Amino acid sequence: MRRGNISSWNKISPQAILFAVLILLSLGLSVHSPFFFKWDNLRNVLDQSTLNIIFGTGMTLVIVSGGIDLSVGAEAALAGIIMAIALHAGMGVTPAIVAGLATGLLFGLLNGSCIALLRLNPFIVTLASMSIIRGLTLILTGSIPISGFSEDFLWFGSGNAGPLPTTAVIAAVIALLGAVVLNWTKLGYYSTALGGNEEALRRSGVSTATYKIALYILCGFTAAVAGLVMTARLNSADPTAGYMMEMDAIATAVLGGTSMRGGAGSIGGMVIAGLLLAVLRNGLVMHGIASYYQQLLTGLIILIAIFASEMRSRSRDGLSI
Amino acid sequence: MEPDCKTEVRRPILSISGLGKSFGNIQALKDVSLDIYDGEILALVGDNGAGKSTLIKILSGVFRPDYGQISIAGRVFRHLTPIQSLKNGITTVYQDLALVDCRDVPCNVFLGREPTRAGFFIDKKRMASETESLLSKLNISIPSLASNAGVLSGGQRQGLAVARAINQGGRVIILDEPTAAMGVRETEQVLELIGNLGRQGYAVIFISHNLHHVFSVAERICVMRNGELIADLCARDTDPDQVMEMIAGVRQKQGMGRTEVVNEAL
Repeated sequence: MRRGNISSWNKISPQAILFAVLILLSLGLSVHSPFFFKWDNLRNVLDQSTLNIIFGTGMTLVIVSGGIDLSVGAEAALAGIIMAIALHAGMGVTPAIVAGLATGLLFGLLNGSCIALLRLNPFIVTLASMSIIRGLTLILTGSIPISGFSEDFLWFGSGNAGPLPTTAVIAAVIALLGAVVLNWTKLGYYSTALGGNEEALRRSGVSTATYKIALYILCGFTAAVAGLVMTARLNSADPTAGYMMEMDAIATAVLGGTSMRGGAGSIGGMVIAGLLLAVLRNGLVMHGIASYYQQLLTGLIILIAIFASEMRSRSRDGLSI
Repeated sequence: MEPDCKTEVRRPILSISGLGKSFGNIQALKDVSLDIYDGEILALVGDNGAGKSTLIKILSGVFRPDYGQISIAGRVFRHLTPIQSLKNGITTVYQDLALVDCRDVPCNVFLGREPTRAGFFIDKKRMASETESLLSKLNISIPSLASNAGVLSGGQRQGLAVARAINQGGRVIILDEPTAAMGVRETEQVLELIGNLGRQGYAVIFISHNLHHVFSVAERICVMRNGELIADLCARDTDPDQVMEMIAGVRQKQGMGRTEVVNEAL
């Protein structure tokens, strides 16, 4: 198979640039602070990047299909609360986690069904479900966090799997599965085709609704996994957990090279972006910059990333900027 | 209305008889019957509103006819669904081509029927090699399979859409204005492709407003007007002027640009 220059330039370059930025930023931080390359700090960075990467995997799949899911932060909080309630009701760790993950799947199914079957706008549907789910978390908890879990459960948030934090291993597995789905399965192919030309896919005899719903279910699942990690890390299921995490998830996906127009995306790029955001945050903390600035920075990064990706797709379409 | 250019006796791949369809008070299609054979290149001509699109959309399963029947290779249908149509080998390449611009050539050729290994992983190697052999069989030249559909030329895009139609199992390929808005060289490529399809044994129905293109490649010309199939001609027995008159329902005055209406039993 011969390869074209144009397409490989468009595909490889953004992730390569991102990787170079990650390396440069890390080197810069290590010059400023000898602590940066200490194993403890690197572990910390890895641990910090995990939520972005877990959320970002589902978000990438959905955005590639031309959709969006704003309810992931709320879904994560609800999944954590369901796990907490189940654990406090005396259920074992495994059934409690299964119940929490099932919550994510269920709300993914509901989001996907509204979008694919009722043909409603994904932005509005998931904005509404964000509010509905957040409401449920407050109702279920009476707005009081549920705390105190067994060591077995906490292992998922603060334990170690060999030399690595458990959370990093979970994130790696989720991202790897996401990459396989996106690049090697019909679901991934159809996600890209949905974002590129939904009508073409429908005319080829594919049930587009089925695949759309499946994508939102996957996104709900990754949100619930993130909910597991958050709850186990803090040893507390907080109804306000994951607040604004949808922004981080979108930032990670878009910075990683996923086009907001749909039709193109990269899990590898998303992982680099997740690491980059964690390094950036680490740098801000080490330089004593207040965390308020982090939210401001996230917004700016989304803007810049969308601008860069638009420029890229415009030049790919041969349009002048 | 048997075409006089088909002398040999064989079974038509697609046979429609007495098809009719109305939208409210408007009779869009009146009692249309037509047989199409393998390897035949049939041009469907007619003015806007003549019923060409209605006929095509019934064949591709978009519209349900009010009466009449369609038989494909002997199987008789009262109406078709889009899936039935596709499964029975009728594929329509619409003017918009329905390509996924952000995907490469094999992805577009195999859209909706990707081969898998172990029932799960998409077999990219097989997709690439089968695409390559399909394109070379159809004599469609696309320099790099890795190019996204969006960067290809108009002729290449048409070729890609046709290759997909054939890969979807198409035996009757319906082309809706394949040469519209194309340059001279691209038009030539597309007409060559249509001729090639006929030689490979596919039945081709193509809609065109350009009689020059029609006459350069079609063996048979069906003229529609006001929802009726008014003529089924052998291309070598007619000429563009005659077809033009039939399309318009007017006779052109010899040597003058003006036209006058010919009263016909309407």
